[in-house]
Amino acid sequence: MIEWVSAVTQGVLLGGLYALFAAGLSLIFGVMRLVNIAHGDLIVFAAYLGLSTTMTFGINPFLALFVVVPVMAGLGYILQRGLLNRTLGEDILPPLLVTFGLSVILQNALLEGYTADPRKLSAGTIETASLSVGGLSVGVLPLLTFAIAVAVIAGLQWVFYSTSAGRGFRAVSDNQEIAQIMGLNKAHVFGLAMALALAVTAIAGILLGVRTSFDPSIGGGRLIFGFEAVIIGGLGSLWGTLAGGIILGVAQTIGGKIDPGWQLLSGHIAFLAVLAIRPNGLFPRVDH
Amino acid sequence: MPEPLLSLNALDARYGDFQALYGVDMQIISGEVVAIIGANGAGKSTLMRSISGLLPNESEQVVFKGRPVGDWRADRIAKLGVALVPEGRQLFPSLSVEENLKLGGAVGRKGQWSLDAVYGLFPVLKERRHQASNALSGGQQQMAAIGRALMANPELILFDEISLGLAPVVIRSIYEAFPDIVRQGMTAIIVEQDISRALSVSSRVYCLQEGRVSLTGRTDDVNRDEITAAYFGLAA
Repeated sequence: MIEWVSAVTQGVLLGGLYALFAAGLSLIFGVMRLVNIAHGDLIVFAAYLGLSTTMTFGINPFLALFVVVPVMAGLGYILQRGLLNRTLGEDILPPLLVTFGLSVILQNALLEGYTADPRKLSAGTIETASLSVGGLSVGVLPLLTFAIAVAVIAGLQWVFYSTSAGRGFRAVSDNQEIAQIMGLNKAHVFGLAMALALAVTAIAGILLGVRTSFDPSIGGGRLIFGFEAVIIGGLGSLWGTLAGGIILGVAQTIGGKIDPGWQLLSGHIAFLAVLAIRPNGLFPRVDH
Repeated sequence: MPEPLLSLNALDARYGDFQALYGVDMQIISGEVVAIIGANGAGKSTLMRSISGLLPNESEQVVFKGRPVGDWRADRIAKLGVALVPEGRQLFPSLSVEENLKLGGAVGRKGQWSLDAVYGLFPVLKERRHQASNALSGGQQQMAAIGRALMANPELILFDEISLGLAPVVIRSIYEAFPDIVRQGMTAIIVEQDISRALSVSSRVYCLQEGRVSLTGRTDDVNRDEITAAYFGLAA
């Protein structure tokens, strides 16, 4: 019995990481209807950026966040205004194609720069530390990851619903033309949204790199996990995205408990089941 | 004649291959209230889109405060002092009533209009300020849309079909607020299909017909027959 409780607990905590993969994806789609195929590769790129930062300055990966988060945010703003804004319009195909191309470029650039060898961020003793709760052993790192995920989602929620920048995001999402009439520069608002999304991506990348080893090819898988978490939770709902990540994580750990080969498969099955029963996800945004 | 606040110079607005306006000339003096009337498809909304920057034109075709702004983006024109109350209200459904108003004030222009001033003009908005904007009745939504435009403290405010789809009693209550809106010398352009309503609050009128100005004059000087002819294109 305790083994199953343990599997579910681990799944919930893993779900926090998936929610972080998903939050940026969800934010970008919500504000500008852009599906960013390169999102997973940007997560991996952030992990490598973390690797270079820890090696250059000899610091802990968690300290590297203070470098990687602002760098990724800045890159996000430049990427949006320099490239992605030009692809947005009536047709949804150009941004898909361009971000797919970006994904290929990123993977190959990482391969060129860091080789295909798996790498890992080393956070020291925290990686193996665990807490014992009523016979249940819970890793400190997964717990910390989950706590960070909840804090990030709460922070995004606050930005969206309690700041003037968030008001701008929602207004542009509702009606781009009227938002322009109100003096909002759409290009700038989109740039800010991408900066915010890649700041979250930076956190996700560092936590991924501390948790497991990574190589330039794993971005696609992270994109799928993020995408599934968004769809399970329901588009446009940040807390729903966290719930989606948790459901995906629990499905994977329970599947893995039954048979190690079923881990990924059971996550995908859970996703398909939700898609079949509730195509809009479990917590879709209702405002129309 | 004083320097006009807004002038349109031979404005030919197009949507791709389709030309909606043909050589429209218009001068609006600061402090004026001007009505623009015309049948469906005459080009009234295109004119609003051109002035507010949603439809790009050649630079010199739209001159506001002496600056050629025909090719400016809408958000830059808004910051220069043009606000639009769009046809069909078009409030932001994800934003509460108060957030809609605050967004209107985001252009950062100073002036007499603030949240308190708008709530003073339309007290019902204050009662419902925390509700979702799409929970309001049509008339209240129109008040919120007007309030949102006023929050920008514009020098020129454009009203596009503000009585469309509203009950007569609601239209009357909205127009009753009109003198308060323009009292401080705000310049206004009113686009209406309801001709008598538009003429009652304006000092000058332009009539559009198939993309051309078919009649212009002081409201007091034009008579009903002239308007009918200009409106429908009947031989006078």
